[in-house]
Amino acid sequence: MSGAISTMSPETVPVAGGSARWALATHSRYLTMQSVRALLRQPFFVAISLVQPMIWLLLFGELFKRVAELPGFGASSYIDFLIPGIIVMNVLFGASWSGMTFIEMIGQGTMDRMLTTPLKRGALIIASLAYNSITIVVQTAIIFLVGWPLGATYTAPGILVSLAATILLTGAFCSISNAYALVLRSREALIGLSIMLALPLSFLSSALMSQGAAPDWIRSVSRFNPVDWAVVASREALSGSPDWGAVWAHLGYLAVIALLLGYLATRAFGSYQRSI
Amino acid sequence: MINAAGLVKEYGKVRALDGLSLDVEPGTVFGLLGPNGAGKSTTVKILTTLSRATSGTAHVAGLDVTKFPDKVRRVIGCVPQQTSVDPAATGRENLNLQGALYGLRRAALKTRTDQLLTRFGLTDAANRPSRTYSGGMQRKLDVAMGLIHHPRVLFLDEPTTGLDPEARAEMWTELTHLAAEERMTILLTTHYLEEADKLASRLAIVDRGKVVATGTPDDLKNELHGDAITIDLADTATIPQARALLARIATEVTSSGRSLRARVSDGATAIPAVLAALDSAGIPVASVSVARPSLDDVYLRYAGRSFADAEGVAA
Ligand SMILES: Nc1ncnc2c1ncn2[C@@H]1O[C@H](COP(=O)(O)OP(=O)(O)OP(=O)(O)O)[C@@H](O)[C@H]1O
Ligand SMILES: [Mg+2]
Repeated sequence: MSGAISTMSPETVPVAGGSARWALATHSRYLTMQSVRALLRQPFFVAISLVQPMIWLLLFGELFKRVAELPGFGASSYIDFLIPGIIVMNVLFGASWSGMTFIEMIGQGTMDRMLTTPLKRGALIIASLAYNSITIVVQTAIIFLVGWPLGATYTAPGILVSLAATILLTGAFCSISNAYALVLRSREALIGLSIMLALPLSFLSSALMSQGAAPDWIRSVSRFNPVDWAVVASREALSGSPDWGAVWAHLGYLAVIALLLGYLATRAFGSYQRSI
Repeated sequence: MINAAGLVKEYGKVRALDGLSLDVEPGTVFGLLGPNGAGKSTTVKILTTLSRATSGTAHVAGLDVTKFPDKVRRVIGCVPQQTSVDPAATGRENLNLQGALYGLRRAALKTRTDQLLTRFGLTDAANRPSRTYSGGMQRKLDVAMGLIHHPRVLFLDEPTTGLDPEARAEMWTELTHLAAEERMTILLTTHYLEEADKLASRLAIVDRGKVVATGTPDDLKNELHGDAITIDLADTATIPQARALLARIATEVTSSGRSLRARVSDGATAIPAVLAALDSAGIPVASVSVARPSLDDVYLRYAGRSFADAEGVAA
């Protein structure tokens, strides 16, 4: 084999099964594995990622304990109400930073090197979504686990829908963050813009405050807010008698926005390459 | 194999390339030589499909780089000026990922990775994160990554900048092997006149976004006044006779002590003639030496300023 390969001409180098889609899948898989390996080499960072969702839960749990008593709140158990909201907040404050990896790659020169290989641009975006989804699914599972002794009740379909909603929302937010990173290429700008996006979107949603207790205008705005779509899908699916039509509709909106933003993020490579 | 015609690249108001053209024959090492900011990296970025020229055309392996970037990417290897290894990944993982991007699979990938690790002396360090590597080791890993898929055309942007003299010499040996054994076409940029002289069979001197001279290193030097030859005679008494003989073959003949100096267009062919003439006149010779004009002289002539000055201005 070694003799054969050293005389192999470039034309005979196998091109990942020959099909572009296969190459996209293989490239995405390799890039994701590289990121996961790098993460696992940083035990401290892993520990923080695992503790963070518990802190969200305990912090917001305490903070909003009395919220359920507000007039017009509706839901009976504050912890059942809060868990979908916290799951979604966790996505927001995790996925919004995914662009940092791109900025780091640009700084390290790995981005430019990869862009001169046959790597599919989409694979960089997909791998970023996959990597962030893995961490966020683990964190979501932790929130569910810690919520249980606090009195939360779950259904299997409810958990599955919640996971699907978090993955789709992760897709949307990673894509925005990655696109920002490629266009702005600055940590500071990325942090500023991400916070400017994540904070209003979470407050203009029913993540932490019941719509019944919110002003009218927030209720109208939140109907167009992807963060709210994820909260509604998850909360509805976890409720005693889910309205499945609403669940599927909201998952559908999320899927559309995630795909659209993923496509735009892939296009952002063009903007980056025009700058170098 | 590599062809650029009238490349212009503007970054806002900065004109990084100003009509740069070059032509690289298959299987040769071509050197782009020039001071900081001359446009070497910009040229490499355009040829490797990373960046787009504002105007002008470029072909690599017969493929237009703007029309068929995907096809070009399959046949080229690229080692950027800046180190580009993933510091969080081990040397082996870096090579594996790079190979996977070109579609190399398990057994073939493993064989090739092992081969390159051995070749660049990185086997012992293969399984630790590359952030723990020295600068020289990272640079070697960079070059190894550029070679993983047996590229037909290899671009090396300042492959030895930042290496100590020993590591630089090792890298030169490796690169010489590559060109000879794998019949690769190599375009290399460098600041080092010595490196260009040693590795490249043809050179282009780039200054302010333009090629100001091209040719083999020797051609470029020959276009100057020629080589200086120095002849030490065994006996001072023969000096006047030797001077007269030498004046028929060479120019600018001068003498001091037992030494004679003169200029010839090509030292290698002139020396046997000089020695034959002196010998037939019965003049004993103690030693002969030839000094080639340096690329620094060449640079001075074409760029209108010395290399060191140009570096100083740009830095
Ligand atoms: N991304 C960029 N944006 C703006 N200007 C740029 C950019 N890249 C290069 N330039 C400018 O283009 C000119 C040529 O730069 P280039 O990097 O090609 O030079 P070089 O010959 O590689 O120099 P060095 O030897 O320092 O690497 C310089 O004036 C540089 O400032
Ligand atoms: Mg450069």
